[in-house]
Amino acid sequence: MTALTDLYQEVILDHNKSPRNFRALEGATHSGIGHNPLCGDQLTLYVVVDGGVIREIGFQGKGCAISKASASLMTEAVKGKTTEEAEALFTRFHDLLTGPPDVKTDAKSFGKLAVFSGVREFPVRVKCATLAWHTLHSALAGGGAAASTE
Amino acid sequence: MKSTAAPAGTALDVAAVRRDFPLLARTAHGHPLVYLDSANTTQKPEAVIRASDRFYREQNANIHRSTYRLSEEATAAYEGARETVRRFVNARSTREIVFTRGTTESINLLATSFGQAFVKAGDEILITGMEHHSNIVPWQLLCERTGAKLRVIPLDDRGDLILDDLGRLLTERTKLVGVVHVSNALGTINPVKALIGYAHGKGVPVLLDGAQSIPHLGVDVAALDCDFLAFSGHKVYGPTGIGVLYGKESWLSKMPPYQGGGDMIASVSFEKTTYAELPAKFEAGTGNLAGAVALGTALDYVTGLGLPRIAAHEKDLLSYATARLSEIPGLRIIGTAREKASVVSFVLGDIHPHDVGTILDQEGICIRTGHHCAQPVMTRYDLPATARASFGLYNTREEVDALAAGLRKVLEVFGA
Ligand SMILES: Cc1ncc(COP(=O)(O)O)c(C=O)c1O
Repeated sequence: MTALTDLYQEVILDHNKSPRNFRALEGATHSGIGHNPLCGDQLTLYVVVDGGVIREIGFQGKGCAISKASASLMTEAVKGKTTEEAEALFTRFHDLLTGPPDVKTDAKSFGKLAVFSGVREFPVRVKCATLAWHTLHSALAGGGAAASTE
Repeated sequence: MKSTAAPAGTALDVAAVRRDFPLLARTAHGHPLVYLDSANTTQKPEAVIRASDRFYREQNANIHRSTYRLSEEATAAYEGARETVRRFVNARSTREIVFTRGTTESINLLATSFGQAFVKAGDEILITGMEHHSNIVPWQLLCERTGAKLRVIPLDDRGDLILDDLGRLLTERTKLVGVVHVSNALGTINPVKALIGYAHGKGVPVLLDGAQSIPHLGVDVAALDCDFLAFSGHKVYGPTGIGVLYGKESWLSKMPPYQGGGDMIASVSFEKTTYAELPAKFEAGTGNLAGAVALGTALDYVTGLGLPRIAAHEKDLLSYATARLSEIPGLRIIGTAREKASVVSFVLGDIHPHDVGTILDQEGICIRTGHHCAQPVMTRYDLPATARASFGLYNTREEVDALAAGLRKVLEVFGA
């Protein structure tokens, strides 16, 4: 049962139950809609960017524990970062989940986000863990098109 | 039914049946495999695997095209399978049995060809609120092409069709009724005989989506008097990539071909091409020959075990599973229709079905999670998704127990 307890760690269960920044933001400068057709997860992300820095961020939606906790932890991780830093973190986060197993990723450098390293053992769940990040990426790009895990 | 059918009254010997399915012997994540996803696709018995293998080893040649002995044998095997299908659904003639890739292609064929012949702007197609996407989207495409309108029979909270308004929905504008015989998302067995009688009273033909009824109840097209029937081989213990469209000859003969190509013609010139007789008119190109042959074997396998015995066994599993799952705190069954097939859709508290599926998988238990290609059903019950256990002829009460134990583990992981 170790792979499972790695996947559903306390932190993830906690953020699933009480997601942080779980609200719509008035005056968002950027927003995006993310959709995972496989499981029907849907989330809307609201971002206030000022001077290239993410000042405020919130989300709403429905989803599995992994996608909800990931969105919640992401909002905490990127708040106060520049948009470039947030994008760079997404790239590293993606590698943490999908990179070749022999490349030792330094999980510690991810802070709380390291709890998602267990997702690596569950390839079909990677999309759940990255949905919020894809949505952030498309919100910041300002494309308006819905982000999809497909 | 074939004479090889086992005597009714004796119970299915499930232990023996399970030995017919090599895949059921494997493990997943170190646990014996508990396969509860037969509504999605069924596992294959040794006989079906062998039939496909044998076709390629001993009978393979293209059909209907050559004069040599081998081709004759391949043709006989393929046409023999068509006769097996005819017998299984009790059609009048093999001219009424068209091989396709599956339910989806059967319905697309029908929507395109029937649509071209009979549907124009202002006409209506009537379906139900519990259709699989494959019995929704082809009709929407037809409606877009022609300006016809799609109308929908609604569902009640239990998952039964609300037929009170049928008189208002089924009118002189209705050109065809498409209805799922057994719902893959809810398990509902629809009262299709009454529906067909009612539609015929107004002169409207009916398509049955038999994807889920063929393996669990069987379909007698003569008794039901349906005009069309679509089903897939892979849901009735046969191969993927092969399926059937049954159509009454009186309809099929008035419909134009679906695809053009080889095998579907009588003669071709640049001035005029005449089409082949039924069913070849609807079978352009080289089909899934080995698949058709192995589908015949699968239907013989089911007939050999006896559909009534299979149905009795699955009914027992359904009521046992319904009872066991109902004991689990927070579990709510979605779909409690009066007549149900062996499908149990459920949600577990506020735990997302996807999480339920992942945790069960770690116990070797395969269930489906998601919208089951029936998003309007999910919308009807205001759910993004459900978890679904579905049972086939090889499942056991012990596997239901394993599912119940697995679900308790889910609650444990989530501290619920
Ligand atoms: C009721 C129903 N109709 C249609 C289909 C589509 O079948 P196929 O994917 O084999 O074409 C399915 C299978 O998922 C089904 O359950």
